[in-house]
Amino acid sequence: MSGTRKSNADGKPRRRGNPALRRLACYAFAIAFVFAGWEITALILDTPALPTPAATVPVFISYASEMLPDFLTSLYRVLVSLLIGVALALPIGLALGRCPEADALFAPVLYILYPLPKIVILPILLVLLGLGGAPKIALIALTIFFQVIVVMRDAAKAIPQNTIESVRSLGCTRIDMLRHVTIPATLPDLFTTLRVSSGIAIAVLFFAEAIAGSTGLGYFIMESWAMISYTRMFAGIIALAILGVLIYEAFDLVERRVTRHRR
Amino acid sequence: MKLEFSQATVQYPPLKASDELLCALDRLSFGVSDGEAVTIIGPSGCGKSSALRLASGLLAPSSGTVLVDGKQVNRPRQSTALVLQDFGLLPWKSVYVNAELGLAIHRVERTERKRRTMSALEKVGLADFANYYPAELSGGMQQRLALARAIALDVDLLLLDEPLSALDALLREELQNLLLELWLERRHAQVLVTHSIEEAVFLGQRIIVMAPRPGRVVYEMSNPDMGSLEYRSSELYFKRCLELRKALASAGGEAQ
Repeated sequence: MSGTRKSNADGKPRRRGNPALRRLACYAFAIAFVFAGWEITALILDTPALPTPAATVPVFISYASEMLPDFLTSLYRVLVSLLIGVALALPIGLALGRCPEADALFAPVLYILYPLPKIVILPILLVLLGLGGAPKIALIALTIFFQVIVVMRDAAKAIPQNTIESVRSLGCTRIDMLRHVTIPATLPDLFTTLRVSSGIAIAVLFFAEAIAGSTGLGYFIMESWAMISYTRMFAGIIALAILGVLIYEAFDLVERRVTRHRR
Repeated sequence: MKLEFSQATVQYPPLKASDELLCALDRLSFGVSDGEAVTIIGPSGCGKSSALRLASGLLAPSSGTVLVDGKQVNRPRQSTALVLQDFGLLPWKSVYVNAELGLAIHRVERTERKRRTMSALEKVGLADFANYYPAELSGGMQQRLALARAIALDVDLLLLDEPLSALDALLREELQNLLLELWLERRHAQVLVTHSIEEAVFLGQRIIVMAPRPGRVVYEMSNPDMGSLEYRSSELYFKRCLELRKALASAGGEAQ
């Protein structure tokens, strides 16, 4: 992507206004929207199991500092497992997509393993890796791994033959092809799968933390539930939502930097 | 001889086991001298594109040989360039980086690379658009960019696979003129594959007519008077177009 950096220098028209401010305004709207829906539902149901946002937010604020270690633990687990899952799956996915022989051999293996719920091997991971972060990271990474392989393989397959031939006719090596064509062509798909995967990663993380161990937001939420402290539980759910938003925004930021041509 | 096909045959495996082999090219034999401009014309499926893929080293013949500078082509060669019908540009790279791509792949030194890229972009009239992306250019500009990438390489063999067929009539003429000027100035050997009779006569010193199933050469026409922009409006040009049209008709062609 060496050359894309220096683009945008010659006064091409761009949208007016501060994009960061515009985004903040969007989030203000989103929060108001979600809270309004929540408030209405809570008023209709009128049950202690669903406290109103008005009741939850003060609890969230009072627990904020107590939740912070759990929040950071969960954030760390999601990020590390995404990193491991993608780092392993990306080269395999691209290789399968660009090599029909390998794909014919391994696609059935993928199809057998991909739909299996990876959570079923959590007991094995717990035995092997203990009750700490490692089994949770392994579980999420494994779930992400298959997602990313399937998406990146299809993305690599979808590169137009003409693009490949025109670059190949310049006498390029495999590394050149990877650098100039395969990676940039599949980058948008990588970000799509990262976004889908991070949602799944958080869901799996919640399960893993709720089932085993005593750290992380998942544990915090389940513990509150066991204590029948619903406001504390929903404070944990708010923290989980913030975790998701942070990860999404981080991916958006990186994506906008590396795929400038898609403005 | 810059490029020489002798008895070059290309067969593709059949789609169904019961079918016969698909013969895209049947014992193709012709040569292109240094600095010569040849056009190949013929209906779809006559193996024109396969011939260019052979010459560029993207495809190996099933039998027969393809020589460039007397040596067998078995991989893409540094001073051959291939320009494809839908341009083969990389949408994720700027105009400048697209034009520079061949030089970067050939590991040309940085300042030299910059000089040649800018001079190629100037030649095709895209110097002011260096920081744009291909999607921000018109079709004609995109085709100019594909040409810039080829001429930045300083090639001695330029292969063009229906490079102008996606453009409207006016743009086509403009780019045909550009192609002619580039060839007159640089005098590389050039093989242009086209569907258009006018284009074939305007840009080819020699015109090769091919027929399909199996792809083969059925007619050759010499056209030594090409080589100027005025040729397009001359009596002789129209005569040659007519002659070529007749040859295509008798070859069972369906060209425009």
